[in-house]
Amino acid sequence: MNYVIIGNSAAAIGAVEAIRCQDDQGKITIIASEPYHTYSRPLISYLLCGKTDLQRMRYRPESFYSDRQVTPLLGKTVSAIDPATKTVTLTDARVIPYDKLLVATGSVPFIPPMQGLDQVEKKYTFMTLDDANALEEALTPKSRVLILGAGLIGLKCAEGISNKCAHITVIDLADRILPSILDERGSQIVREHIEKQGIQFSLQNSVASFENGTAHLKNGESVPFDVLVIAVGVRPNTELVKNAGGKVNRGIVTDQYCLTCLPDVYAAGDCAESLDITTGSQRVLALLPNAYMQGECAGTNMAGGEKKYDHAIPMNAIGFFGLHIITAGCYEGEEYVDEKYGCYKKLVTKDGLLKGYILIGAIERAGIYTSLIRQKTPLDTIDFELIKEKPQLMAFSKIERLKQLGGVKG
Amino acid sequence: MKRIYVNEKWCLGCHLCEYYCAFANSGSDDMVKALKDITIHPRIKIEERQGISFAVSCRHCEEPLCVKSCITGALTIHDGVITIDSDKCVGCYTCILSCPYGAVMPSGSGAIQKCELCVKNSFGTPACVQGCPNKAIVYEERA
Repeated sequence: MNYVIIGNSAAAIGAVEAIRCQDDQGKITIIASEPYHTYSRPLISYLLCGKTDLQRMRYRPESFYSDRQVTPLLGKTVSAIDPATKTVTLTDARVIPYDKLLVATGSVPFIPPMQGLDQVEKKYTFMTLDDANALEEALTPKSRVLILGAGLIGLKCAEGISNKCAHITVIDLADRILPSILDERGSQIVREHIEKQGIQFSLQNSVASFENGTAHLKNGESVPFDVLVIAVGVRPNTELVKNAGGKVNRGIVTDQYCLTCLPDVYAAGDCAESLDITTGSQRVLALLPNAYMQGECAGTNMAGGEKKYDHAIPMNAIGFFGLHIITAGCYEGEEYVDEKYGCYKKLVTKDGLLKGYILIGAIERAGIYTSLIRQKTPLDTIDFELIKEKPQLMAFSKIERLKQLGGVKG
Repeated sequence: MKRIYVNEKWCLGCHLCEYYCAFANSGSDDMVKALKDITIHPRIKIEERQGISFAVSCRHCEEPLCVKSCITGALTIHDGVITIDSDKCVGCYTCILSCPYGAVMPSGSGAIQKCELCVKNSFGTPACVQGCPNKAIVYEERA
């Protein structure tokens, strides 16, 4: 069997590990545009603030490719997939055949058109190691940095560079920070915490135009800056599949086995959609754990096994300047809110199930909540009052605990 | 493989497992010196309420969500034992988000900590099991 994987991040690695669980003979080729050993993308902000380094941010050990007999073609870009001849073509015209193909091409930063943007000399996105290195090189202790986007990427970037520059202003169209994972109150708590670090926000605002090192904002204000970071969002990298005739909505459409509508072409990770079981909708869940598990599922199926990718939920663990946040699921339903000692908790239930939660500050044992969502555990089978108080196995029945801790099967 | 199993009927709620865990991972060979006047941060924790108590520690799952979710590759599984490379861990807590048992926790050093079945310390076999006076925690091979 000849496996070809386009991409070299979490989904690709998940696929390799799954394939090798079933097939230690087949040929695996990884093709990726970036010329680096597999590294953890979310760690680029930790790299800039010195909490990791190039060695430690490798997602897998140095010997990963040789241990698993993978041929890495790094620094090579695929220009086309031909499902009829089952080949991929590289930009250097080389043609590589496949029996099973995984598209794990991730996503690319979205750069909205803005007047005068082409005149801005020091502008960066914040997705890759090259991005992080270029940004770091541009910064001086006197730099005034303007970040567009108060989402996960923009704010992690702000944290990463906060000790490397003089001032940071973050602008977002939304009325609150981290709108994709936090409710209003949660957002306010995190915002106040980040503001205490000297980072300034300008929300419900955007750039009307750039002119000579100044951003003129929609609300009439002008912000002078030296370095611009654009982190307004990402777009799934779907072109290869689309051009090959595959079905693409917002992300690449796959079935529960991660198969696209092209024969023997699978897709996983940030480029692909998956079923969010908390809402029942197909969406792109651009999160590293999901990328790994979707890739793993694709790899299993590519190697002749059978595995469904049917437990995907949105979930995030993230921290800013020592304040930890864990969230999962969706927030439509009945709310239980508890705020004390500077910590915030929201649990959302619907139809007798836990659908989502937000924890800020106190995040201990959050996975017990996550598991209730993923497993769709009926809340009438546990002591919900105890679970509301804190995540604990005491809330489960004795029989369930025997299974969880006592090794009782069934 | 051998795993830790808990029989809550026999748990006295004495918390000795927590102390043995903290001692085993302290690097000290003197339990008194290791634990005197400190707040312990054990990797096994007792839950107790209304006369019921039981110890919770890593289950070393066959399909470990913490390992699959780890954004750095710091959590790995070898021969069924899940261990943390605390040098690699950046403390993002995605594993805490993922663990269905609540058995992964912050360590105070920035990295996370979890039960590693004492494979990395001088005990070699789980200290909590040795320290349990009522055999409520056992380390066994079961089919």
